[in-house]
Amino acid sequence: MLAFFLRRVAIAIPTILLISVFVFALQKLLPGDPLLVLAGEERDPEVLEFLREKYRLNDPIPIQYLTWIGNALTGDLGTSFRTNQPVTQLIAQKLPVTLQLAVMSLIFAIAIGIPAGIVSAYRKGTVTDYIANVVALSGLSIPNFWLGIMLILLVSVKWQLLPASGYVPPGEDFWLSIKTMLMPAFVLGTALAATLMRHTRSAMLGVLTSDYVRTARAKGLSERKVVLKHAFRNALTPIVTLTALLFGELIAGAVLTEQIFTIPGFGKLVVDAVFNRDYAVVQGIVLVTAVGFIVMNLLADMAYFLLNPRLRSA
Amino acid sequence: MKYLTLTTAALALMATGAMAQDLRIGLQEDPDVLDPDQSRTFVGRIVYTALCDKLVDITPDLEIIPQLATEWTVAEDGMSIDMTLREGVVFHDGTPFNAQAAADNISRSQTLEESRRKSELASIASVEVTGDYTLTLNLTAPDATVMAQLADRAGMMISPTAATEAGTDFGANPICSGPFRFVERIAQDRIVLEKFADYWNAEAINFDTVTYLPIPDTTVRLANLQSGDLDMIERLSATDLAQAEADEDIIVERATSLGYDGMTFNVGNGDRADNPFGTDGKLLRQALSLSIDRQALSQVVFDGVTTPGNQQYSPGSNFYAAAYPVPTRDIEAAKALLAEAGFADGVDIEVQAPNDTDSQQVMQVIQAMVAEAGINLTITSKEFATMLADQSAGSYTASLVGWSGRVDPDGNIHQFVTTDGGINDSGYSNAEVDRLLNAARQTNDTAERKALYAEAQSILSEDLPIVYLWHDTWLWALDSAIEGFVPYPDGMIRLKGVSKSE
Repeated sequence: MLAFFLRRVAIAIPTILLISVFVFALQKLLPGDPLLVLAGEERDPEVLEFLREKYRLNDPIPIQYLTWIGNALTGDLGTSFRTNQPVTQLIAQKLPVTLQLAVMSLIFAIAIGIPAGIVSAYRKGTVTDYIANVVALSGLSIPNFWLGIMLILLVSVKWQLLPASGYVPPGEDFWLSIKTMLMPAFVLGTALAATLMRHTRSAMLGVLTSDYVRTARAKGLSERKVVLKHAFRNALTPIVTLTALLFGELIAGAVLTEQIFTIPGFGKLVVDAVFNRDYAVVQGIVLVTAVGFIVMNLLADMAYFLLNPRLRSA
Repeated sequence: MKYLTLTTAALALMATGAMAQDLRIGLQEDPDVLDPDQSRTFVGRIVYTALCDKLVDITPDLEIIPQLATEWTVAEDGMSIDMTLREGVVFHDGTPFNAQAAADNISRSQTLEESRRKSELASIASVEVTGDYTLTLNLTAPDATVMAQLADRAGMMISPTAATEAGTDFGANPICSGPFRFVERIAQDRIVLEKFADYWNAEAINFDTVTYLPIPDTTVRLANLQSGDLDMIERLSATDLAQAEADEDIIVERATSLGYDGMTFNVGNGDRADNPFGTDGKLLRQALSLSIDRQALSQVVFDGVTTPGNQQYSPGSNFYAAAYPVPTRDIEAAKALLAEAGFADGVDIEVQAPNDTDSQQVMQVIQAMVAEAGINLTITSKEFATMLADQSAGSYTASLVGWSGRVDPDGNIHQFVTTDGGINDSGYSNAEVDRLLNAARQTNDTAERKALYAEAQSILSEDLPIVYLWHDTWLWALDSAIEGFVPYPDGMIRLKGVSKSE
């Protein structure tokens, strides 16, 4: 297992490097001059030239990349053009927000998606299955921004139950923090629940018709034990992978949801940074996100070992 | 740590929404760096209004009034300005404000390499400290715009102690002398300020803390106000106006902007100026202008909230040249101009516009209007950064672009249409216009300046390097408990005298 783990880590490093090269190159391909955006209505050519030098935008692009990656290795991800804040500081501010949203959304997704998937697989072809499918399909089809605005108008404006938007750190006021994050997490969670439900259903369908399930039933085990212990555990592998990937996506930021609920997470930061051509910020976040994604994948692979005894000896 | 507990306490109180001394303001964007010398954004200026006092301020009618400077006199020859400063003012870090501090501030604005204020203060040759609270600004040439510049970021006074210590990182912890001091900022989430106990005019300030929350989505911003999470929002969108007005717990305040929106033509900026509407395209630009029904445009796209216009300021304002009124739509005259220019069978033009909803709608309405005159208009939508780069590089024919507006007329026009103007993306050059606008800069006699701007207008409304279309209206929506808010045409939120009743 250790060898497997080390091999995966070794593969991850060139992946991250490649991603950083791609993002750097793609940004440079974007039309538009970051300093003109930065200058806004005041375009003093002398100041612009000074800043171009200061941010080393006059260097050849490969040199710019090497400078950036060199600094990144020492933990310096540069500073934001727009706010002069160090990118590491921005990321440190945003990461807890994004993680909180990701975890809460995932709780919604798992709590709704997996039981719904199991039930609809078990009751395949019945009314319950159809209802679960229609609900899941609606969950996938309803745009986040629409559901988000509807919820704000109903829950916050009309009933005044939850804060309409924003973010409160849990350290400041734990319950208010949870309450503020409830609607966005629900909006994100329902969409993910639909995906999870569909995958759980198909994995369970495959397993439920297999021989060992029939054997388990023949042994006279209770249906509950057959479905949850024997069938579900075997169906879990693809679901774990999917959940890990979904979590990775959530870390990358839920742009629309963050925008609507004004949650200061990664998604919002990176979108604004792209529009402002704030190179250092985009680079820094993509790097952190890529690392997060790869770590989640790694964890999913590790989880297989726990779930599937056959892999442990492999 | 003390700040942290304070904020925590303040936020906990705000969450219950009961305390009158806390004010929560929804902004359209997150401001950029909070250093008056380095910052560029409109929205940043809104925060400065509470954070940083200026040498002078303006009235809603754009008269310049004392703030940190109590008196000023322009010398007979216009070459210097004597200024007396307010006594007993301290910065948020306890550093006293005096003539030396003011001189240091002007020097920082002029010499800090990252400073965006250099051109605004270019006419100040030197600052002479003549007493503890008196100083003299020596000018390179008479300049009527200096006082207006000092009524904005160039005149914001920051603590010289903090400025020396922090250098270019001043924005991380800005220390000024305004009614509120900086507590904390979380990017894209909030900026928190608290009342400065030693403020010289503390009795006019009725809030203990102010929290600015950037909420870009206009619908969500309004929803936050309606749900009671915010007390005030800026830039309510025209399409949400009816909804806000229908809510009896909300008051809407408005002021016509000092800025404008219009179409800038490339008449001399590189090769692309060589097009029918470019260098020799005066008649076609006139035709295009005449074929647009500005009133209808304002009604259709902005529900009538904007003001149709044809000059740098809106009709009726102080520097509007009444002799050149907003043209009424005249398709026949436009067709005649097309024929005179040799395009009786119609002509094509490509106009670039930002890819936001409003701009797209504006362009579609204009496209339909000018088509009737035989102008076949193609819209090229560009993301803002791209559009800006293309416009500055001259890689465009015409561009739908706006300007946020300046208090002094010079700031609204000189840099756009004079030959060496800093933002002359049009590439327009006319010796007579240069002369008139330079002359208007150098006299302090308002009547004379008006005459000079009107004369420049007579040429510009013929040449039309910029076809002005409309002036935005700043819309603020306030909780009905908020009292004493005064709308200003510069779009700022001044908290002096504003209070919240229970």
